[in-house]
Amino acid sequence: MPHDPILEFDKVSLRYGDSWALREISLTLNPGETRIIFGAAGSGKTTLLKAVIGLVEVDEGRIRLFGQDVTSLRESQLYGLRSGAGVLFQEGGLFDSLSVGENVEYPLLNRQAGDKEISPEDAEKRVRDALRFVELEQTFDKFPAEISGGMRRRVGIARAIVTEPPLVLYDSPTAGLDPITANTIMALVAKERDVRNSASLIVTHRYQDGEIMSDFRYDPEQEELLPLKNGADQRKRDRTKFIVMKEGQIVFFGTRQDLENSTDEYVKRFVRREENHAQ
Amino acid sequence: MLDFLKTPIASFQDFLFLAGRSFLNLVRRPHYYDDVFLQMDIIGVGSLAIVAMIGGFSGMIIALQMARALNTYGASSQVSAIVTLTLVRELGPVLTAIIVAGRNASGIASELGSMKVTEQIDAMRALGTDPIQKLVTPRLIATAVMLPCLTVVADVIGMVGAYLIAVPLLHVIDTGAYWATSWRALVMNDLTQGLMKPFLFGMIIALVGCYYGLRTTGGTQGVGRSTTQAVVSACIWIFVVALLIDKIFVGL
Repeated sequence: MPHDPILEFDKVSLRYGDSWALREISLTLNPGETRIIFGAAGSGKTTLLKAVIGLVEVDEGRIRLFGQDVTSLRESQLYGLRSGAGVLFQEGGLFDSLSVGENVEYPLLNRQAGDKEISPEDAEKRVRDALRFVELEQTFDKFPAEISGGMRRRVGIARAIVTEPPLVLYDSPTAGLDPITANTIMALVAKERDVRNSASLIVTHRYQDGEIMSDFRYDPEQEELLPLKNGADQRKRDRTKFIVMKEGQIVFFGTRQDLENSTDEYVKRFVRREENHAQ
Repeated sequence: MLDFLKTPIASFQDFLFLAGRSFLNLVRRPHYYDDVFLQMDIIGVGSLAIVAMIGGFSGMIIALQMARALNTYGASSQVSAIVTLTLVRELGPVLTAIIVAGRNASGIASELGSMKVTEQIDAMRALGTDPIQKLVTPRLIATAVMLPCLTVVADVIGMVGAYLIAVPLLHVIDTGAYWATSWRALVMNDLTQGLMKPFLFGMIIALVGCYYGLRTTGGTQGVGRSTTQAVVSACIWIFVVALLIDKIFVGL
């Protein structure tokens, strides 16, 4: 069944001084699809994520988010559009001065234009639901400084998904975490995709993160990730595609199989297995 | 040839842009009144003790120095007039502003700088909130309102401090004459500049603190750098604006 794409990049370019942050980037993302973005430091991965919701202004090209041209909107017009996308920042991006509960509640209370008012009781219920989703309901009254880095990342996921956005952007969700915590985070990312059929754009350095998204599905009955079967689940597997960026350009786009078969030396650097496998 | 001017001019342009947007937000919704009152508490009430102390000591020091100097001309009874004019016109506003700049321009720059480097500012934008509306405008209002109040406190306590030196300690003037001379020395021009200065200084402190905070890059080291730059710039601008206002009011 054809869908309107959630996100479209059409030859998007951005320069910082003499170097390209983004160079003629074109990509499309449909509901339920996942794009895993690899690349060396400074290759434009985070800039690409920020460009999606207009946090950085691009020099050339068009970005359409939910059918609207992000590049032609002013900052004040973008606030309403941005609330349709959930974002997990690299360090969680939680507000230090607010408790965990208030952090997760923030997008519900600050959504602009066209949204119905939400009562405090409904807001708290949804916040608790989101925190339960990431298995951190007990941290409701704590402050971000009182919880661990991995927990902050999970609270960041709760905040990103509390409005049930059709698109979630993850900036290095597992960076700097131990393999067990990293796998827990990726299980939550896969769970969010499979429970709500949301589209995801994931910037990461860990090949294993892509593997989890590509080869596993969340089973709501068993409440755990199960490997996709060869053949029968091929369509689900094909929803996850890999992008490799170099100096602002997309130098690879394809499935996990394509990525593993690539002979390009730069692309091969990102295909690396780790000892600990997905839970 | 004039390339070296590009960076400071671009920075000043960015500063004016930030100031313009902060002022525009005064008439735009949403208004974050809770943040305004919170900042008034942090900046105003939080600075009260240090401002009162510095005001008191300044009054005492001026009284001691002036009583000695005026005694040479047999005019030591004029000490109250000198202290009052010096405090209300210049020292009260400038000293209070310097203290608040040291305490709050640095606080604002480091708080916003930390938020910037930990992606909280981007998160705020991503979550549909204008950081200037939420962070800068409340600090601007709070500092512009509280600094004149703090200056009045510093002036009054300074005069009391000077009284303690001039009357009970040096006996150069009696109580009634001290306060009568002080009151007579003041004219509307003095009060106007004495209140206009802290109002403008307050805006400078808040905007400079926010400007350096929001342009912080380079992790925690960058936060330290922004904090230092904010205090230094705010102090310089306080003296530049003080001079400009003096030029205008002295001519009146």
